[in-house]
Amino acid sequence: MEIPYTVKPRPDTGLYNAKVGIWLFLASEVMLFGALFSSYILLRVGAPDGFWPDVSTGWPHGLLNIPIGTFNTAVLIASSVTVVMAWAALKAGNFAKFKGFMIFTVICAFSFLGIKSYEYNEKFTHYVVRMKDGTAVTGHFDHEFLHGFLDKANTRRDQKNAGLREANAKAKQEGKAPKELLSHLSNRFLTLEKFGEENVESVKMLVDVPSAFRYPVGMKPPAVGDGSKGSEHGEHAEPGGHFEKEVKLADVQSIAAFIPSTATFFAIYFTMTALHGLHVLGGALVLGYFAFFGRKMWHQEPERLTNRVEVAGLFWHFVDLVWIFLFPVVYLL
Amino acid sequence: MNTSTAHAPAHSTASAHGADHGHHEHHEPGFWQKYIFSTDHKVIGIQYAVTSLLFLLFGFLLMMAMRWQLAYPGKPIPVIGHALQAALGDDMANNGVMQADLYNVFGAMHGTIMVFLAIVPILFGAFGNYVTPLQIGAPDMAFPRLNMASYHLYFLGGIVMLASFFIPGGAAKSGWTSYSPLATINDPVHVINGQTLWLIGMVLLITSSLLGAVNFITTIIQMRAKGMTWMRLPFFVWAQFVTAFLLLLAFPPLEAAGIMQLVDNLLKTSFFLPSGLVVNGQQLAVSGGGSPLLWQHLFWFLAHPEVYVLILPAMGIVSEVIANNTRKPLWGYKSLVYATLSIGFLAFIVWAHHMYLTGMGTRISTFFQTTTMMISIPSVIILTALFISLWGGSIRFNTPMLFALAFLPMFGIGGLTGLPLGFNASDIILHDSYYVIAHFHYVVAPGTIFGVFAGLYFWYPKATGRMMNETLGKIHFAGSLLFMNMIFAPMFIQGLHGMSRRMYDGGSTYFGSGVGLDQHILNLNISITHAAAGLGFFQLFFIFNFFSSLVWGKRVTSDNPWQATTLDWQTPTPPPHGNFTTEPVAFRGPYEYSVPGAKTDFTPQNQAG
Ligand code: HEM
Ligand SMILES: [Cu+2]
Repeated sequence: MEIPYTVKPRPDTGLYNAKVGIWLFLASEVMLFGALFSSYILLRVGAPDGFWPDVSTGWPHGLLNIPIGTFNTAVLIASSVTVVMAWAALKAGNFAKFKGFMIFTVICAFSFLGIKSYEYNEKFTHYVVRMKDGTAVTGHFDHEFLHGFLDKANTRRDQKNAGLREANAKAKQEGKAPKELLSHLSNRFLTLEKFGEENVESVKMLVDVPSAFRYPVGMKPPAVGDGSKGSEHGEHAEPGGHFEKEVKLADVQSIAAFIPSTATFFAIYFTMTALHGLHVLGGALVLGYFAFFGRKMWHQEPERLTNRVEVAGLFWHFVDLVWIFLFPVVYLL
Repeated sequence: MNTSTAHAPAHSTASAHGADHGHHEHHEPGFWQKYIFSTDHKVIGIQYAVTSLLFLLFGFLLMMAMRWQLAYPGKPIPVIGHALQAALGDDMANNGVMQADLYNVFGAMHGTIMVFLAIVPILFGAFGNYVTPLQIGAPDMAFPRLNMASYHLYFLGGIVMLASFFIPGGAAKSGWTSYSPLATINDPVHVINGQTLWLIGMVLLITSSLLGAVNFITTIIQMRAKGMTWMRLPFFVWAQFVTAFLLLLAFPPLEAAGIMQLVDNLLKTSFFLPSGLVVNGQQLAVSGGGSPLLWQHLFWFLAHPEVYVLILPAMGIVSEVIANNTRKPLWGYKSLVYATLSIGFLAFIVWAHHMYLTGMGTRISTFFQTTTMMISIPSVIILTALFISLWGGSIRFNTPMLFALAFLPMFGIGGLTGLPLGFNASDIILHDSYYVIAHFHYVVAPGTIFGVFAGLYFWYPKATGRMMNETLGKIHFAGSLLFMNMIFAPMFIQGLHGMSRRMYDGGSTYFGSGVGLDQHILNLNISITHAAAGLGFFQLFFIFNFFSSLVWGKRVTSDNPWQATTLDWQTPTPPPHGNFTTEPVAFRGPYEYSVPGAKTDFTPQNQAG
């Protein structure tokens, strides 16, 4: 049994099956991302008044790394161009050229993902510290302080674990349930509780200097820390720079990295970009498969491979398009 | 065109295939290839049919247990009560008595299973798969392997849903609608809880439906036989076509919502959690700033189109059966098609009529009230056309036709009682009462399920080469019709008297507290439960008939035992891999019954001249 129109187009529709299929699939993808973009709008419009981080639920502006985001946009657009050139090379009957362009496309895809992970990590190590008096600051932990803290904490944990292992070995002989070992801390996802466990009394921070971009013209930047020292408002530091500050944990309400649970903006930012990232990964794997394992099909059924590349290319353009909407919406607006 | 004289070669093929299945040029595939990893649309259709019928039974049994609790609150459930306690724990079924949590679990899972694992898969997965390629004259679906993947994903989704009953904390218990924040906060003890598995199961089911929808639409666009123009498609195919579009475009927003709720539950985000939410007297430790209404919008954006997914294919089945058994063309074929297309379009702009009580504001309510009234027009057109089709026909009252005929008034009741729910003034009173339960069950139970039965009795001989027993079928029909009405009609009365849905004691707390409702309204719970048991009893006739006919059923003497016109009947019985022995060509419309001057009272679509 042969399924008709798998390779040759059907005369009255002018399309082969997979092309109809991919367009339908993309229609459903439009609805998927459309729903997420609509959610973004609804959540943002419905966000309570006031500005992040002073109001925990306000909408944070301009926290993403725009130069890197712009670069990544360019990477993805480049890959969209080369995927077309790869397809054109196949149309022209040149498999070697196809392979070259396709490999370039896949390299772009993985660069995009690599850069995105770097950005994610940036967020995971960036913190908002909320004070009991209702104010808040954002920033990083001072490098030296952090490493001192981590060394001490992890040494203590290692010692504790050594003890636990011994106890567990004993428990095993007696048939009791073993206790869970403590995991190492890193500079990601730290919380007030984790500092508390190590009996730290204060943390040393590099507080972000509120820049004009972060707080739209005419908006007063939120008060920083105890608000008493003028220098903390950025007189000595460049906008976008940092100043040092010792924060007493007794005054602190919470410490949280820029992760989804910290604010609804991060929740939707991470959800949308991660879902997009999965699409990039999926697309890259398929395109890479054609580049590295397409030769056999090229010799047996060249037209079929060309169609497949065309269909995968359509998907790739879609993934690109989603990013072209995502970038301005989450980075710029 | 000799092959087109439908029954000439039929006798030989029908009997030949009894002895020698799957007669084709390749070597005989093994068991796994043939029944589990088959890419043949007919095998996949049957896989869907068997699985979804089992889920239908399971969903019904969940409801039987709930009905016991409604009729006799606080009494141990007979037969299975102690088994439930052993399997699900004391919190769920202490001493065999259904606890509030278990009622919530069963209620949510009854809805979920019935909609996503029983009715949609049987209409779309089973009938759609088996019949659509045959009716358009295609050798198979456009993407056979994708088709197999759809079924496997559906199966996996079903397993996840079933498994969720047995994890600590039990299955999802926030209704089939899974409204946030309830769905996020109701089991804080377990990180991976019933709701988590519900969401994972839904993502699998949604993916399955999306692949299916892509496959169906592509198949209908690309694989129509020569001469099978759009206006020669049987109405069944049109119904499947529009259904596929509804699934394709309405499901992704729910998938997005499901992902967000999953993230809310696992990563403690606040997509659907408002600021300052207080649970058990304590402010919830989340960032807040989310919107519970967002979930409702995304959910109903799917769930309203979904109700048309639950009904359109049933209308398609009923139309085929009616045309065949009145021996007349369908009245107003074109209006049926255009009405279906209009429903497909309007279905996307009525969703918020489920949300009149959320305080959307009068303007938005008015908009959705208007679109809701508009969408009732094409539904009425379809029903009217089918009623008129009966006029002047010499009707054959076989079992499929009886079910198809009963479908019409039952769906009529369901549809008409929906109008007061579509007006926001009256919905404010009726919302969340048993009136709603009665309304939509008239649509999906005596409506859709009767359509399903009509289809099962109708295509059974094509799939198996044997007829189902008519006497048993008629008993099944009579019992089902009687008890369906005895179950659901009284619920209208209960609802009008203010009885709320989702109450695990059937409202006895309210009645007992002297709010002034009559005891006889409460007593209806008992008669409804008895009727549900009666309904269950009469399904035994169907189950017995279904299996025994495989062995003892009367063998068909022709490939076209109902003397039908559409291409599905112009194939060998059962159709081999690849379906048609010669390439089918359509020369005429789908319903050329009783054409004046023709030799027989039916002229198959592939008959030339
Ligand atoms: C044929 C036998 C059936 C009976 C006796 C039955 C009975 C009921 C009853 C009494 C309820 C209300 C429970 C409550 O609010 O406490 C209910 C809810 C529901 N039923 Fe059925 N039903 C049947 C079939 C179906 C079918 C075929 C479908 C779907 C396609 C369905 C879908 C639902 C849904 C979605 C709910 C709402 C669940 C919720 O509140 O979240 N039912 N059913
Ligand atoms: Cu609706």
